[in-house]
Amino acid sequence: MLTIEALDKVYKTGTFGTSDLHAVRQVSLDVQRGEVVSLIGESGSGKSTIGKMVLHLLDSTGGSITFDGRDVTKLGFRARRDYYRKVQGVFQDPFSSFNPIFKVDRTFETLRRSYFPRVSGAAWREKLEEALGAVSLEPGDILGKFPHQLSGGQLQRLLIARALLLDIELLVADEIISMLDASTRIDVLNLLGELKGRGLGILFVTHDLSLGNYVSDRVVILYKGRVVERGATAAVFDDPLHPYTRDLLASVPHLDRTWEEVEAEESQRSARLAGRCLYHEALAAQGRSLGDEASVGSASGPADDVGLVEHAPGHFVGCFRKAADEECPAGM
Amino acid sequence: MSQGLGLDKLDQRGAATEATEPPGATPAPSGSRKPGGDVRETLYFALRNPKVVIGSVVVLAFLLLGLLGPLFLKFAPMDYAGPPMAPPSADFPFGTTTFGQDVFAQFVAGLRSTFLVGLLGGGVAAVIGMAIGFVAGYRGGLIDELLNMLTNVVLVIPGFVVLIIINAYLGVRSVPMQALYIGVFSWPWVARAVRAQTLSLRSRDFIDLARLSGVGVGTILRREVAPNMYSYLFMTFVLLFGGSILTAASLDFIGLGPTNAMSLGLMMNQAVQWSALHLGLWWWFIPPGLGITLIVGSLYIMNVGLDEVFNPKLREM
Repeated sequence: MLTIEALDKVYKTGTFGTSDLHAVRQVSLDVQRGEVVSLIGESGSGKSTIGKMVLHLLDSTGGSITFDGRDVTKLGFRARRDYYRKVQGVFQDPFSSFNPIFKVDRTFETLRRSYFPRVSGAAWREKLEEALGAVSLEPGDILGKFPHQLSGGQLQRLLIARALLLDIELLVADEIISMLDASTRIDVLNLLGELKGRGLGILFVTHDLSLGNYVSDRVVILYKGRVVERGATAAVFDDPLHPYTRDLLASVPHLDRTWEEVEAEESQRSARLAGRCLYHEALAAQGRSLGDEASVGSASGPADDVGLVEHAPGHFVGCFRKAADEECPAGM
Repeated sequence: MSQGLGLDKLDQRGAATEATEPPGATPAPSGSRKPGGDVRETLYFALRNPKVVIGSVVVLAFLLLGLLGPLFLKFAPMDYAGPPMAPPSADFPFGTTTFGQDVFAQFVAGLRSTFLVGLLGGGVAAVIGMAIGFVAGYRGGLIDELLNMLTNVVLVIPGFVVLIIINAYLGVRSVPMQALYIGVFSWPWVARAVRAQTLSLRSRDFIDLARLSGVGVGTILRREVAPNMYSYLFMTFVLLFGGSILTAASLDFIGLGPTNAMSLGLMMNQAVQWSALHLGLWWWFIPPGLGITLIVGSLYIMNVGLDEVFNPKLREM
């Protein structure tokens, strides 16, 4: 449904825009109907930038984003309006998602004026109450209040309800759980699961591995704007290959295992993969000789090589260097 | 963030226990959720805010005096009506000038042109400045650069000198034209300030959310950005209003003011010219000075009150 191909985002920084900052490098991924895909990465890895580009809030520098076969990177105002009927987003900070000087109702009213001008007041009210019910909110407690009178969890669920008012097919959920406490968190997660069951595709942006593990069918691990590993959730979490993914997974506390067990397992895996790079090994195995590879590497520099190889069916991994401008640990 | 944590559990069950609605605010706001309820609610809070009420009463009183006063006056502002240099009395409530002109008649006529200069000059400057500031701040990029350049060019033009040249060369002698010229040269700082505010508001998530609602740029500026700055925009207008009055008074002083009209600035400058200060004719310069001060001061007080009305977090409840 949503396909991202070789997406780039470059910011001009420095005096007179002399230097470039690659926020997103050659990212490719796809989201199907009824599927949750997690974008996992640390702060500054470009995950929110990708989400904003999908929502057409930021312009992309290169690459394509297609939704149902249609390129959505360059949309006019009308086409964008139609696009937003099917694709909606929920943002990280619920407190800044509402205009602080208006009651929360106005967010819905804006949506109504824009997309449902002919719906009668009573019918709209019914629709609204239904959407609020879906996120287990009591309309009487919420409507007519100012944002500062509500909690972060309530506001966050209001935003999801807002997205549900439109008949959407894709939801970009940018860190929507981070602001919630444990009891509300599970409600929202279950809500996402239910929406998924109804055929909604969800691009779930998060820095939290356990959340990514819990909700998603597939995960995409980002580091400094580059996809380092991608695949089915179980495959990536059971057999992390890229050094960054391994570090990430090793730093998560487990309920059922002690720290020593985790460390032991990780050191075993690092020993097995030390000094190697599955990406370049796979490339070499595909018939490209080492000599060719070396010449390609010297011509364009390692920074340009940001592709992925399929290590196991559906499990892709990139070159084992961490930052894009480092050397490949295998020296290739 | 932290304030939400405690509330959350409360809200999930037994939400009836939560009483966030301030007790004094219950009658009007909670009941009215019809279209237009927001306007009524704003009015509700405005009329209960002493600063807004006092400020608007003073301004409206002066406005009414200026509008209706001349109908009840016996003398025109320039008539030689009575004895020269007479202190306030029953016949001449504000006394007379060195030439025996009625100060009260001058004051009332001056109020009219002062309001006109303030409203028109301030209005023109506010409209230009806000339009440029909003568009530059929201659109960014090349449009921002161009508009910023225009703003900076007008900003470094010595406005007062240009006004002197325009007034002298074109021989402007009517109050509205004077106000218009003042307005055209006093908007740049408004544009810069509004642009800066818009820039900071643009990055907030609710603007993105409005864009996700398929709303156009004009609507976003009007319905999401501007309301957050209402009190600031009003303050801007107050400053422009006062500034226009003072600029007009300065022009009047150097003989480039309206020749056929009276203004509060002109009164003060005539008073200084004919040494009212040394002759002890306090009734000649105190009323116009106090008038300007009261009008501009009341507008400021009103502005502080309106800040509380527009921003629900500042309401003293």
